[in-house]
Amino acid sequence: MTCLHDEKHKFLEEKALEIRKSIIEMLVEAKSGHTAGPLGMTDIFAAFYFHILKHDPKNPTWEERDRVVLSNGHICPVLYATMAHAGYFPIEELKTLRKFGSRLQGHPHREFLPMLETSSGPLGSGLSQAVGMALVDRLDKGQNSNRTVYCFLGDGELDEGQNWEAIMLAGKEKLHNLVAIVDRNNIQIDGFTENVMPLEPLPLKWASFGWHVIEIDGHNMSSIVNAVDTARAVFEKPSVIIAHTIPGKGVEMFENDYKWHGNPPNKEQGESALAELRTLGGRIASEHE
Amino acid sequence: MTALNPKLFDTDVEQAPIRAGFGEGLVLAGRADERVVAMCCDLTESTKMDAFAKEFPKRFFEMGIMEQSSVSVASGMAAMGKVPFVSSYAMFSPGRSWEQIRTTICYNDRPVKLVGSHAGVSVGPDGGTHQAVEDMAITRVLPNIVVLCPCDSVEARKATLAMAKTTKPTYIRLAREKTPIVTSEETPFEIGKAQEFYRAENPRVGIIACGGLVYNALMAAKQLQEEGINTVVLNMATIKPLDRDAVIALAKECNAIVSVEEHQVAGGLGSAIAEVLAVEHPTKMAFIGVHDKFGQSGTPTELIEHYGMGIGHIKEAVKKLL
Repeated sequence: MTCLHDEKHKFLEEKALEIRKSIIEMLVEAKSGHTAGPLGMTDIFAAFYFHILKHDPKNPTWEERDRVVLSNGHICPVLYATMAHAGYFPIEELKTLRKFGSRLQGHPHREFLPMLETSSGPLGSGLSQAVGMALVDRLDKGQNSNRTVYCFLGDGELDEGQNWEAIMLAGKEKLHNLVAIVDRNNIQIDGFTENVMPLEPLPLKWASFGWHVIEIDGHNMSSIVNAVDTARAVFEKPSVIIAHTIPGKGVEMFENDYKWHGNPPNKEQGESALAELRTLGGRIASEHE
Repeated sequence: MTALNPKLFDTDVEQAPIRAGFGEGLVLAGRADERVVAMCCDLTESTKMDAFAKEFPKRFFEMGIMEQSSVSVASGMAAMGKVPFVSSYAMFSPGRSWEQIRTTICYNDRPVKLVGSHAGVSVGPDGGTHQAVEDMAITRVLPNIVVLCPCDSVEARKATLAMAKTTKPTYIRLAREKTPIVTSEETPFEIGKAQEFYRAENPRVGIIACGGLVYNALMAAKQLQEEGINTVVLNMATIKPLDRDAVIALAKECNAIVSVEEHQVAGGLGSAIAEVLAVEHPTKMAFIGVHDKFGQSGTPTELIEHYGMGIGHIKEAVKKLL
């Protein structure tokens, strides 16, 4: 087991905090967009873009990079904010989210932002694309490949049948270079996933399709990093990391309330959320106070 | 006029399924470019991908019966630099896989090559569930895509080779049954270019056709000429981007156009032509095709006649426009 050095741990948590602030700011500015999912996935995105991924923000088309497919495109505020903080484009640009002419479309569109691996929004098609990428990686590089294809999915999205087509194919092909990360936050637009369309026993379902299943606390940096290490070490199977997350994580008002799935905070709510983040929930004095 | 099959109007004209030409073309494309990969949804022999699968086993992927996922898998492969061909019956892909084609292929502008076999009512006995007569309409509305509908197996081979070389998403429409070989090796093929296949002096009606019905259009033109009615027949193998110049020139010359396609008249070749002419040169038109009906079981000939796409129907439409 990797144990992240205290310093690295702290660094990643600081990055996550910065990204969360950016997410609130961009959503307030955009006046529309999704709040809960992006905040819930922030720790994972920070861990990926600041520790796990093999990538070069200054050379986004680097052939040897890992591939990242965001299947649940609606959580793109966390993708955009993380990419900006990682140096892909200026943080200032985040304020253009969802505005006319912006590279940061309401759902990701790579015609506007070609450094994205794909466009997404309509749910359920990301994993298939990731499978295609992993198949080609293996075809071209064989066992010598040092690239990993990561696909981020929402849990509600697993209602879509296409996912299970892709899950079946990846299992058949034993794609060890493919890692899916499911945001298990238990909410979707109409309510809790287990009420809308029960997914459990979710780990058993993936396992029965030939996947190696890892379950983690999606807010623990060491767990996130360890899970990916394990996934990459599994050689005969694709791996899925079922990350248990708290939707809206970091801001009490947003946490665990499915109504924040598709709504942005207004200005006052945004101010209050930022104050909460700046003070780490009231534990420290804000730098702005 | 283009060099066509010299035996075109003979009773013993050679026949071959349009899909067979695709199969030959895919092997040639695979030999010419190692980026070409192929995927099929449990219809490998039927869609004529079997020769490619045999020659390039590592570059062929059996996807099972999952059209929606397959086209997205192809998008991922294209993102990694491949030129993926994905085949199924047109009814299932692009029929079932439309949104995935829109979002994961066209929206990303990925050079995925979609192959829809068994299009049209001439599929025959399988019945209406298997007879795609909407596929050109639903593909041509998508930005970035190229839509091809070759008229015979020779043209299908050329079209397959041509589409493998473009960087655009492309849909090619194929048919199941044997149909007459209209073209020859010498017949030019270029994506986006109409070819004049028949011309009588001082034509009064222009016929623009695609797919297997090009043969019927040519037969109609020949018989009409014998009756003293002169026409021109354009083979419109590219539905999108439509050869606007050729359409406008023919309309200006004849002032009457008949479109011929084994497809719903709503949204297909005829609609594409009308969209150009309504703006550029309003012209009287008649539309040969399926008129808002589903297909059914029968022999290809019975069905082509039943749905009004026979040689007689084309002649009648021409005469009405005189």
